[in-house]
Amino acid sequence: MAQAPNVLEIVKASGGSRLKFAGRLDAEGVAGAWAQALGAASETPRIRVDASEVEYCDGSGLALLWELQRRSGAEISGLKPEIAKLFEPFAEAERQEGEPKGKKSAVVSIGKVAVDLVRDLYEQVSLLGQVAVISLRVAVRPGELRWRDFWITYERAGVQALVVVGLISFLTGLIMAFQAAPALRQFGVDIFVVNLVALAMLRELGPIMTAIVLAGRSGSAFAAEIGTMKVNEEINALTTFGLDPVRFLVAPRVLAGILVTPVLTIYSDLLGVGGGLVMMLGRGYPIVTLWRQLTASVGINDVLAGIIKAFVFGGLVAGIGCLRGLQTKSGPSAVGISTTRSVVTSIFLIVVVDAIFAVVYYAIDF
Amino acid sequence: MDDGAIIEVRGLTAAYGDDVILKDVSFEVTRGEVFVVLGGSGCGKSTLLKHLIGLYRLASGEVLIDGGNLATATGADRQRILRRFGVAYQSGALFGSMTLSENVTLPIEEFTRLPPAAREVISWMKLKLVGLEAFGNHLPAEVSGGMQKRAAIARAMALDPAVLFLDEPSAGLDPVTSAELDALILELREALGMTFVIVTHELASIYAVADRVIMLDRSKKGIIAEGRPQELRDHSTDPYVRRFFRREAE
Repeated sequence: MAQAPNVLEIVKASGGSRLKFAGRLDAEGVAGAWAQALGAASETPRIRVDASEVEYCDGSGLALLWELQRRSGAEISGLKPEIAKLFEPFAEAERQEGEPKGKKSAVVSIGKVAVDLVRDLYEQVSLLGQVAVISLRVAVRPGELRWRDFWITYERAGVQALVVVGLISFLTGLIMAFQAAPALRQFGVDIFVVNLVALAMLRELGPIMTAIVLAGRSGSAFAAEIGTMKVNEEINALTTFGLDPVRFLVAPRVLAGILVTPVLTIYSDLLGVGGGLVMMLGRGYPIVTLWRQLTASVGINDVLAGIIKAFVFGGLVAGIGCLRGLQTKSGPSAVGISTTRSVVTSIFLIVVVDAIFAVVYYAIDF
Repeated sequence: MDDGAIIEVRGLTAAYGDDVILKDVSFEVTRGEVFVVLGGSGCGKSTLLKHLIGLYRLASGEVLIDGGNLATATGADRQRILRRFGVAYQSGALFGSMTLSENVTLPIEEFTRLPPAAREVISWMKLKLVGLEAFGNHLPAEVSGGMQKRAAIARAMALDPAVLFLDEPSAGLDPVTSAELDALILELREALGMTFVIVTHELASIYAVADRVIMLDRSKKGIIAEGRPQELRDHSTDPYVRRFFRREAE
């Protein structure tokens, strides 16, 4: 960058220094003179500023004059009337440092986190209750649900997820078989790879992977969509129309989530087990042997165990997505925060609920 | 004050796809002038503004700001033209994750070599000009809509540009703040020789500050009146223009 133009001349005298400014006091000129001028001002007790040869003075120049006046009480003379007029509002003004945002003590912060957690839990339970009531009403009077929204959500969350769910499931089944086969081979029982893959896919991985994909694809989309509506005051508009946002926005999505996830899970199960079988076919086992092994190792209860979970996961993911959307605060980063929270909470709860299912299934020997 | 034109618009045609909004519009804005663009809703005021500041590509014609053409300039030349003007958007368009003070400081930090202390003083001064010096450490979401608008004007003025484009600056402001804003515009023009291009409906404001106005019309897709607001009100041959300035119903 070019050398800053020299706008400052310092004349030292016995009574105090005189700072003589000339030319253009703009960002460029002031950048060069700022440190020099304030340095001179701090050295001598009394300082005079002569601005009679200043042709142009913008915000940066005014800032320098103001800082000189504040730090060392400099007398400013010779300002052109139009510049003096611009300087006038600041001449007597005190700059208040903004009050620092209050720091909270550890106890207050912990308390706040606890209260937030309880409130969040309350809101989750409350939303669950509202959705349950609306679902019952819809069962009696199907016209109450916005079916258009339901089908749109069903398509977006279900049909459009087929490729990603299918690919992930197929490859997981394949990989699992790949990894298990050499270990079981050592005992000469590598045909049991079929049992391993089928049970794991049907009871655990099918529903869990489907739910996680749903959380990433659709739960986050619900949070972002409803969150943006919240920021734009569209939720307020619904409320003042007397349209309950839960009935209008949440119910179709949650219902779609509940009904689409089991279907996706069955699809995931088929492709996952298929992946394992493809691997076994590759190792030279005939299809008839594999089929016998499969039908002997899994029962209808294994399939049902996964599908029952899928209903719960679907409602959970869709509900959390909608709830996080409704909880969105104002501001541009709010929607991003809601989206992240929806995915994190969903995945966390999927695992927790899955653990509960494991215990319950074990206890009732299902 | 130099009397030459700082903005030259020649044969500007603005269109969204096949939908032509403005056709063959030409005018000049003189240095140090307060120039107001007005017209009924949907006549293309904001469209014109966005074409002037280079956000939208012209369908045809050219816009020169201080001799530079944003449509063709690239790299350093484009930066130089962009530095010549500031824009305060209708909704404020403040950066939501930064405080008001940081919003004003950002361009100063990026484009000048001023030390941090100087940047802070300038930012405080700009905020004080719009009456927001006590809110420097607030986020945009924490202040009212009118305050966001004023902060946006402070940010647009951060680098003391030669031209300031204001899109509906006084909409949503209370009458006192609005009058103060008018006074501020006139002061800045006098002291710094700043040029203002203002898109507004506010008649009181227009009479207070405008040197010259152009009035756009939707059906003619162009300028239907040009001149001093008082003259247009009293002597325009077009009854619609007279009604507009007198705020009369048809």
